[in-house]
Amino acid sequence: MRASNFIPMRVCNHFISLKLFNSKVNSFRSVTVCVIGSGPAGFYCTQHLLKLLPTSSIDIYEKLPVPFGLVRFGVAPDHADVKNVINNFTKIGSDSRVKFIGNVSLGKDFKLQHLQEAYNIIILCYGADQDIELKIPGEKLNNVIPARKFIGWYNGLPHDQDIPINLDVENVNIFGHGNVAIDVARILLKSVDDLRKTDITENSLSRLAESKVKTVRIIGRRGPLQVAFTIKEFREILKLPNVQTIINPELFENTESILPDLPRPRKRLTELLFTTTRKSQTTAQSDKKLFIEFFRSPTKFTGINAVNGVELVINKLKNLHDISPELQQIEATCQKEYVPCELIFRSIGYKSSKVDQEIPFYSSNYIGKLRVLPGVYSAGWLSTGSTGVILSTMSNAFKTAYEICEDIKNGIINDKEDKPGYNYIKKILKKEGKITVDWQGWKNIDKVEIERGKYRNKPREKIVNVSEMLEIGGRAE
Amino acid sequence: MKYIPTNKFIQSRSLTTTINNLQEKEKSTPQYEVTFVKKNGERIKVTCNEGDSLLDVVLNNNLDFDGYGACGGTLTCSTCHVILKKEDFDRLPDTPTEEENDMLDLAYEYTDTSRLGCQIRITKDLNGLEVCLPSSINDARS
Repeated sequence: MRASNFIPMRVCNHFISLKLFNSKVNSFRSVTVCVIGSGPAGFYCTQHLLKLLPTSSIDIYEKLPVPFGLVRFGVAPDHADVKNVINNFTKIGSDSRVKFIGNVSLGKDFKLQHLQEAYNIIILCYGADQDIELKIPGEKLNNVIPARKFIGWYNGLPHDQDIPINLDVENVNIFGHGNVAIDVARILLKSVDDLRKTDITENSLSRLAESKVKTVRIIGRRGPLQVAFTIKEFREILKLPNVQTIINPELFENTESILPDLPRPRKRLTELLFTTTRKSQTTAQSDKKLFIEFFRSPTKFTGINAVNGVELVINKLKNLHDISPELQQIEATCQKEYVPCELIFRSIGYKSSKVDQEIPFYSSNYIGKLRVLPGVYSAGWLSTGSTGVILSTMSNAFKTAYEICEDIKNGIINDKEDKPGYNYIKKILKKEGKITVDWQGWKNIDKVEIERGKYRNKPREKIVNVSEMLEIGGRAE
Repeated sequence: MKYIPTNKFIQSRSLTTTINNLQEKEKSTPQYEVTFVKKNGERIKVTCNEGDSLLDVVLNNNLDFDGYGACGGTLTCSTCHVILKKEDFDRLPDTPTEEENDMLDLAYEYTDTSRLGCQIRITKDLNGLEVCLPSSINDARS
């Protein structure tokens, strides 16, 4: 108590202004918010809104029975540290102002219109669950696998557990030069023993243990200065034991003169690619090989039932003078190439689904606008397209939350009207006899997964089946 | 002290922490001071123990910096990005490792004197260090 004598006047003044501020915030008391999707964008939006609107109540809806979106189903199992964000999300999910409702889908169990009746503010952040297709002949052949599904498979995403993948093959081609392509290559080339202690599913681990994959080619349509993967992921794959990374040095003939003018991240990445070309000529032979190939677009996948090769067209840069090296576009030449392979991954980006016809898309693959409709906002990959790391999604989600508060302050959002919130949606779910999972339900699932992981020295053994999840954590509304 | 809403107000919290620290930790560990300067100019001065990383300092003092230290100091994100004065940057005992530089490549508002807070440990030499925080909101589309 004595300490109170030492509180400087400045602090007292702040205290008074804080009280005033609080009373202003209290006028938002009736604000009911729903967040559609419980990935990083959803949780970061919730975190920021709780801070800016401390008296709001926020309901997070999730299509799956379990939370965390791509942190659980996208981040690679050997990137455990990246998943530390879950600790923060768990704190948010446990907040008394936050309600988690799992196993419910917008567009199936209820419509956007229902949400508009129930909530003052709707934040759409259900990500990008479809993959962009190449639209070339042979794309439907067996063993042409969307990278997204492969990642879902080894990460335990329920509806990707039955992908018809044959790993009894030696040569793999991956199309796309992003971090997803690098993840796929790393999981295929990494020693299975190094994956055992991760949270990779037991089923995919045993399948990967039987894999015969020896050569992986990561093929991109543009050049080394246009790759989309980040340096950390690329450096990591270079360090894999028993894997030799090979890049054609000729591609770098003219790059040294451009290097000093490149932005720092691009410069460091290009230097590392260049160093790799020199190492690829000197390193001792390894069992497994990774080729990074450039300026090639697939025009046809060949094969009768399963894929057995790919026809490629060779591209060249347009070398437009007014465009920076990173943004250069390509054009096809008349040169062609044929590469035999028995497994192909398509990894050229994700796109979002229009789960409700009332949701306008301002870009072809995503919403492309923060303010979607009056009272309806977007965040994360659904808002911006599938690009960037968690930091970019965090920053973007904070921005959405910030703009919502600006709109409230400016009277753009009607926060005076009392909205029924979850009670309204609950009635709809009850009518359907829907089983949902609340935060405690998730905690129960989490506990079982961690318990099961203990037997195998893993952080968790994920449950890969929706009905089993519901048996443990579900309850009828 | 009970009239101050310590969970809402950073400066009062740091004051509380300072007092608690003084009461509880009159032990052997030397105490140092660090100041964080937010984008809006707000200055937050806190105390810390010898050897604490800047990320520890933020966590131990419950500083409410949005999204700071998302990966828990494992060099897998760049949310603990701080910007130092040139002279402070130069007198740090170590230069950024390859791994730290790889993450700094993804940091917003990167400068030549940027570091990750989880990699800077406070020693006697760095007592009184002042670092700037970049803004936490960037439009990913810009």
